Parts: sequence; C-alpha cells; structure tokens
Amino acid sequence: MADLKRLCAALFFAGSLAGCATSGGNPADPLERVNRVTFAFNDAADKVVLIPVAKGYRAVFPGFVRTGISNFFSNLEDVWVSVNDVLQGKFQEGLEDATRVIFNSTFGIAGLFDFASDVGLAKRNEDFGQTLGWWGVDTGPYLVIPFLGPSSFRDGFGLLVDGRADLVYRAVDDVPLRNSLYATRAISNRANLLDASSVVEQAALDRYSFVRDAWLQRRRNLVYDGNPPRERDDSDDEPAK
Amino acid sequence: MKTALCFFLALLAPVAQAQGLAPDVLVKTITDEVVAMLKKDKDIQAGDTQKAAELIEAKIVPHFDFTRMARLAMARNWRSATPDQQKQLASEFKTLLVRTYSTALTNYRDQKIDYKPLRAKPEDTEVTVKSDVKQSGSSQPVSIDYEMEKTDSGWKIYDVKVGGVSLVTTYRDTFASEVRDHGIDGLIKSLAAKNRETERVKAGKS
Repeated sequence: MADLKRLCAALFFAGSLAGCATSGGNPADPLERVNRVTFAFNDAADKVVLIPVAKGYRAVFPGFVRTGISNFFSNLEDVWVSVNDVLQGKFQEGLEDATRVIFNSTFGIAGLFDFASDVGLAKRNEDFGQTLGWWGVDTGPYLVIPFLGPSSFRDGFGLLVDGRADLVYRAVDDVPLRNSLYATRAISNRANLLDASSVVEQAALDRYSFVRDAWLQRRRNLVYDGNPPRERDDSDDEPAK
Repeated sequence: MKTALCFFLALLAPVAQAQGLAPDVLVKTITDEVVAMLKKDKDIQAGDTQKAAELIEAKIVPHFDFTRMARLAMARNWRSATPDQQKQLASEFKTLLVRTYSTALTNYRDQKIDYKPLRAKPEDTEVTVKSDVKQSGSSQPVSIDYEMEKTDSGWKIYDVKVGGVSLVTTYRDTFASEVRDHGIDGLIKSLAAKNRETERVKAGKS
C-alpha cells in the first residue's frame, strides 16, 4: 500500500498548489493551473517519445501482428473486466466476460485472436474507477497524471487498484520481462490511438479543455454503460427558430 | 417491365430522400451512401482531405442544423450575440467541424456499423439514433449516437456523440472562456484563425 500513501501525498500536494492558483472557471477542474503544466509535459513526452515509437511500431509490424499483440493484452485485461462486472452486480455481464477469457485463451490461442467477438461476445470496458462510480462515488476533481494522462481523483485511485490487479503485475515476477511487457502494451495502446489523436489536433481550439471535457463525458458515459441520464441544457431552453 | 419499374423508382428516389424518411432510416441511408463512396475512393483513403470535405459538404452537411449546434456550444452566451454574430458563429463552427471530420474520414477503413432499434413514439420531435461501429483491429465497438430533431425540411442532426462524447458540448468550455476573455467577436476571430491555419497546413502538404 506504499503506492497508495504516495498517491495521497501527491494529491495533497497538488491540492495545496491549486489553493494558491486561481481556477479557470470549470468547477470540475479546480486544479487547472497544475493540470495544464502536467498536460503540457505529457504532451511533450508524447510528441518526442511515444508518437515516434508508436509510428515506428506501426511501420515495422504488419496489421495482423499488431492486432494479435493488442488482443493478447486485451484478453489479460478481460479477467479484471469480469471481476468489475461482478463488483457492480452485473452477473450476466461478468459471466460473459469470463467466457470471453476462456474462449480467447483457448480457441483464440492465448488471446492472440479475439474469437469471442466473432461469436457475438463483444468486448466491454470496465475498470475499478467505473466500479466506484457505479457505487455512487463522485468523479472528484479532474487530474492530469504525469505520463498517464487525463484522470480524476476517483479514477486515479481506481488506476492504482487496476495496477495492483493487473495480470502482468501479478503473474510476471521477472522484472525486466515485466517491464518489457508494460512497454509493449503502452506502445500498442498508443499506436491504436494515432488516428484519433490526429483528429483531436484538428478539432480543438484549446486542446487542454477539449481533452478534459471529452474525457469527463467519456467517463460519465462508461459509468452508465452507454446510457447516461440526460443533463439539463441551460442553453436549450430557447425554442428553435 | 421490371427494368421500367426500376427506372421509375430510381427517378423517384431523390425526391423521397430526406423529406419523408424516418430518422433512423435517414441516418442509415446517408451512412450507407457515404461508406459506399469512401470504399471506392482511393484518393480519400490516401489522405485527400479536400476531397473528403467535398463529400461531407455534398452528402452530410444538408442534414445538419449548424445553427442549433452553435447555439448549444455557446450555451448562455448565444443570447448575447447579435443575429449577425450568430450567423458567423454557425458558419465558422460548421467549417471547423467539416475540416475535422474530413480528417476523420480519411482514416476510414473497413468499419462495420450496427444500428440499434429506434426507441421513439411517432409523435416525437426529438429522437436519438444509436449505432455501434466495429473497427477492424480493435475488438471493442465504439458507439455513435445521433441527436435529431424534426423540422419542416425533414429530420436534422444537431449533435453526434462518439463513445458518449458530444462533438458539440465538448466545445462549451473553450467557447465560454474565449468569450469571457475576448468577447464574442474574439471567439469568432479565433475560430476563423483556426480554420485558416488548417487550410494553410493542408496547402503546405499538397
């Protein structure tokens, strides 16, 4: 639990820094000053290291190899997805996601092929942050985490638990091997997002607030499994002309 | 006889389009048509955003209500804008969205789209058409939801949500802080500047 203590200390530190900063106006983002600095740092790291590596990865490996690698990590992750289904009382979903793992680990050859999707068991997105949200824990202040990107107090804590439950962390004792697996997974994930990030580049006037607002909406949508209750629009009370 | 009938139906088709179609049928018709054109078009697949923009302009734009989109993105600042400013905002916002989605279209590969059954009553004037897009190479489908309203000229889309992220309200905070710091004209100016900048980048590329 040393990680947890460290995170709490970091959050406290961030909180006290933000205390002296004026907020940018969004009530969901009281730490905006600090977050913008971290965002700029992550952005620079992304541009200098991660994007070139991800592009190289995409250039070197053919599509089916990249899909296999991506599926492999996704299959490991599905174990934790099904646990989170159950933690949210979604037993049917938990059973389906556990079945995904069994199918993909066997017929899908250690997860290299997503066989389960082909027979109608689509991949789900669950993690501990969503489980907390499902139980009514508020998102808390938005938080940009160094190297990891957009998150929040709730989901940052969720990430710590996810990291503990991660099969790569639990099952691989050999540290160099584990680190290579971490790195491969990060590169594979980044390569999957190359197209999306080029769209954001094009879309945003201010990338920081664009990414923040998109991320907050995305997480809300995930907590409600795609059917969030409608938010009252203060702008939509004017009848259309 | 059959050929004659087909010919007759083909003549009728463009007239029937857009006006009488149910919202989910309309979305499906437009998407199918655009996807068919994308599949044939080697230029767009190779990254020709200009051509993608022309396709969007011709096939997609007529079915959107950009004034309402700009109003939603502006939230309560919309009312303090003059009619002329509102017109400019809607037009600059439209350009920005068309540019953005022409970039997205060039990334189109072989996605499979599933439509969920429409949950709406016949008298509804606002509906959500939901679909799932399955991308090759990623096992998780991405949801794309269209918020639509009934108008005199058929159903119009006023928001698109990708994975729950609204392409309109995501701009709200940016617009609000821009208006707070530089006024409505300031926002129009930075939208125009952003649109010019992407145009320059494009010109430099080709």
